[in-house]
Amino acid sequence: MSDIKGPPPLNESQRSLGYVVPNTRSLQSEHDGASCDVAVVGAGPAGSAAALVLARDGWSVCLLERGSYPGSKNMYGGVIYPRVLDGLLPNWREDMPVQRWVTRRATMVMTETQSLTLDYRTSAWGSPPYNGATSFRPELDRWLAGKAVEAGAVLVEATTATGLLRDPSSGAICGVRTDRPDGDLRARIVIACDGVNSFLAKEAGLYKNLDPSNYTLGIKEVLSLPSKTIEDRFGLSPGQGADFEILGCTGGIPGGGFLYTNLDSLAVGVVVRLPELAASARRPEELVTELKAHPGIAPLVRDGELIEYSAHLIPEGGLDMMPELVCDGLLVAGDAAAMCLAAGIWLEGVNFAIGSGAAAGEAASQALASGSSNARALAGYRDRLESNFVLADHRKLRRAPHLVLSKRMQLSYPQLMCNLMEGVFTVENPSPKPGLTKLVLREAKRSGVSLTELLSDAWTAFRTFG
Amino acid sequence: MDAGVSFEDRMATVEFTIAPDAHIVVDGDSCRGCTTKACISACPAGLFVPTSDGGVLFNYEQCFECGTCYMVCNVAGAITWNYPLGGHGVSFHRS
Repeated sequence: MSDIKGPPPLNESQRSLGYVVPNTRSLQSEHDGASCDVAVVGAGPAGSAAALVLARDGWSVCLLERGSYPGSKNMYGGVIYPRVLDGLLPNWREDMPVQRWVTRRATMVMTETQSLTLDYRTSAWGSPPYNGATSFRPELDRWLAGKAVEAGAVLVEATTATGLLRDPSSGAICGVRTDRPDGDLRARIVIACDGVNSFLAKEAGLYKNLDPSNYTLGIKEVLSLPSKTIEDRFGLSPGQGADFEILGCTGGIPGGGFLYTNLDSLAVGVVVRLPELAASARRPEELVTELKAHPGIAPLVRDGELIEYSAHLIPEGGLDMMPELVCDGLLVAGDAAAMCLAAGIWLEGVNFAIGSGAAAGEAASQALASGSSNARALAGYRDRLESNFVLADHRKLRRAPHLVLSKRMQLSYPQLMCNLMEGVFTVENPSPKPGLTKLVLREAKRSGVSLTELLSDAWTAFRTFG
Repeated sequence: MDAGVSFEDRMATVEFTIAPDAHIVVDGDSCRGCTTKACISACPAGLFVPTSDGGVLFNYEQCFECGTCYMVCNVAGAITWNYPLGGHGVSFHRS
């Protein structure tokens, strides 16, 4: 740690601000040798929500961020559902960075040459209380971290947590190591919001096994286009945005595609499951190239100039892949705890990160007030998640990730639905129109789907989403 | 198909602050026995390159820090993965 490479040692003001956080309510920490009450690792939405809650409760909070600014390491498809903030930041509508409010939600299934779109539009989502918004993570995450700082949390950027500190006698986690010289940060509680790869949760032994099939890779291109062009192409009024989710566009690799409108750019990309991506030997960016060239997408993205290419892993396994959420001295939230919801028609992550981060903050605050930070004192975290939307939604949609990524859902049904439409709307005079039942049976057979499979999937879908 | 956008064009849109040391270490000996070498095709930044002697060459400088390589790797211990030094590595702006 005395190596001169890398960021300099903290100066006096950083040290007094960041590493020996001014105590408000926590004189106790002076006695047990902690630099702060809580070390939150990762200033993404989960970490900033946790830090905000704790700082408001008067605890000293150090919010560590390995990037040069919050959000610099973060990438997502592009839509946030911010009403989760109503309780935490009732005035979020005044200053949250928004590209466009989503008023058009399209679900598309496609084959190589066909596409079928369920296209929903509502002006209601374009005004308060709003629904979904496109936003850039570096702006959004910076804004939310700023709220935590305003509440009294201390943000320490450009600092990577490299491991956990454990109490030598009890084994309880009592802080983190960082890559700063003399960078050990002692804390009464650590909240790991260190993202999908969470080395801290893994080091703590909270993940039982790591199955690559629980993870997808998201690959995205941001294409610059004038606002007016975007509004004309997508049929939007200024300020309004579109959200396209696409099935059947990933070359047989389980996954999906997306197309979102920012203010003066489009976000287009694919999400693909890792083992099948690896087995296919396909290049990830080629899948995006193919999607952009699809006849249903090409006219929408035409002439867009690439301004940023990015990629990120997504924990898509839902409830079945979640780690233990607490151990002595540690809580895990956000992607680090696989809280991201990937349930077919619902693809949400930031709101689940905020919901779980806030719950972790509340549970940690309660534990600190009780004078203990062992796993039992922190158990309120799971109770809070069970009683709000985070685990309720995950429990309800437990089967969804498997269903959506199944082979029939990925290949057979998009083909079947597109062929069915083609059959319905192709006029083959002088032949008369075929009956609908005949068409369904013919196309089901052509797509290799048996009636039993069709009924079985319908039943699974009903149990999953019903 | 994708008029003019090469892989190099894509990577040129991304900001990297290169750390003094590699945060990912690849054990070339393990890779020589690997039949799949999935890291080569799956890495979205295209950082893994096959060598003529059957090994794998790795560049850490333009890494997205996503984790795909170690997740698809089927040789235990072949890829040792960490985060780069604080303040280094990739910085997204419009993600």
